Amino acid sequence: MDDLIVRTVTKWIVPFIQVYGIFIILHGHISPGGGFSGGAVLGSSIILITLSLGYKKASGIISHSTSALLESGSIIWYVLIGIVGIISGNNFLTNRGAGFYMGEVGDVISSGMIPLITVAIGIKVASTVITLFHTIIEED
Amino acid sequence: MEIITGIVDNINYIGALTLFVIGLYTVLTHANLLKKVIGINIMETSIFLFFVSIGYVKLAESPVIDTNRVDQVFVNPLPSALILTGIVVALSVTVYSLSLIIKIYEEYGTIDLDEIMKMRGNLSDG
Amino acid sequence: MKKAFFIMTLVFLWGLMVASIIQMPTSGDINNPSYNITTHYYINKTIRDTNAPNIISAIINDYRAFDTLGEATVLFISIIAVSSVMKNTYLKKREEKGDH
Repeated sequence: MDDLIVRTVTKWIVPFIQVYGIFIILHGHISPGGGFSGGAVLGSSIILITLSLGYKKASGIISHSTSALLESGSIIWYVLIGIVGIISGNNFLTNRGAGFYMGEVGDVISSGMIPLITVAIGIKVASTVITLFHTIIEED
Repeated sequence: MEIITGIVDNINYIGALTLFVIGLYTVLTHANLLKKVIGINIMETSIFLFFVSIGYVKLAESPVIDTNRVDQVFVNPLPSALILTGIVVALSVTVYSLSLIIKIYEEYGTIDLDEIMKMRGNLSDG
Repeated sequence: MKKAFFIMTLVFLWGLMVASIIQMPTSGDINNPSYNITTHYYINKTIRDTNAPNIISAIINDYRAFDTLGEATVLFISIIAVSSVMKNTYLKKREEKGDH
């Protein structure tokens, strides 16, 4: 879509959308939100760039191979966090018993593995949405 | 009178059912494959609405604990947590069917189900 | 004609479902069977178990984290399925470009 208004508004609004998505992901355990919704917001910002500025620009920001790497990396990160529980002698994906830092209720860095897993899910959902959209349109 | 109070109290459920029937109507009557996918999405959304409104409690708060207060009443957090799985599956199914529609368009040159059936019927009759 | 038949069938289906919905426990009541011992456990013990104020986040990332791993697998498989369906399209496009 080659329109001056759409291009300008996209350039202005995308950083705010991304900051909002990162905020939702990082505060997933102390306020409404979480990995899925924040990841969807992050992925939608890249989809907005693809729709208004073209596929070339979007793949310059996050290319196909980068998003594939992020996808696989986040799921491996998830499984590794679960294996920490097994190493410490508990079940797969144990939180408090595995010795994660619990902190104070209401802090951003607290409640053990929940923020780590939320970040992993956020990256996973964002890169999945981007990859699926780019795979389907693929106009190059 | 009993029926009217029942309808007013369960208005969420009835809205979800109405959405479900609208989605089913879209799937049944339209021959365009994209519109069928839209109908399936409407049906999925109606099921999400039904499931979440099972956990609704009148005058209750969203399930985020405030440690300074003790008199909080929460809505049921379990349906909201379970429906996330449904949303993910809905996204995957939608994307997969869209890619299949793209392949069908490449093969037949149309996404109208009646015309595709006509082409296939000519092939099998001969 | 066909449309009228569909509409009649669906209205009948709607009426049937509404008639059974009215018999369900009232929406919005805290004494519903769905507000059971599991819900009370999650509401009362979340702070003790996980230190996270958001109960839904505690459920999907701690109590039912294995379920969430399955969801991530569903996303992964959907990408594999879509790529395998769309793969021939790219190859064809690339060949056409190479020919011209």
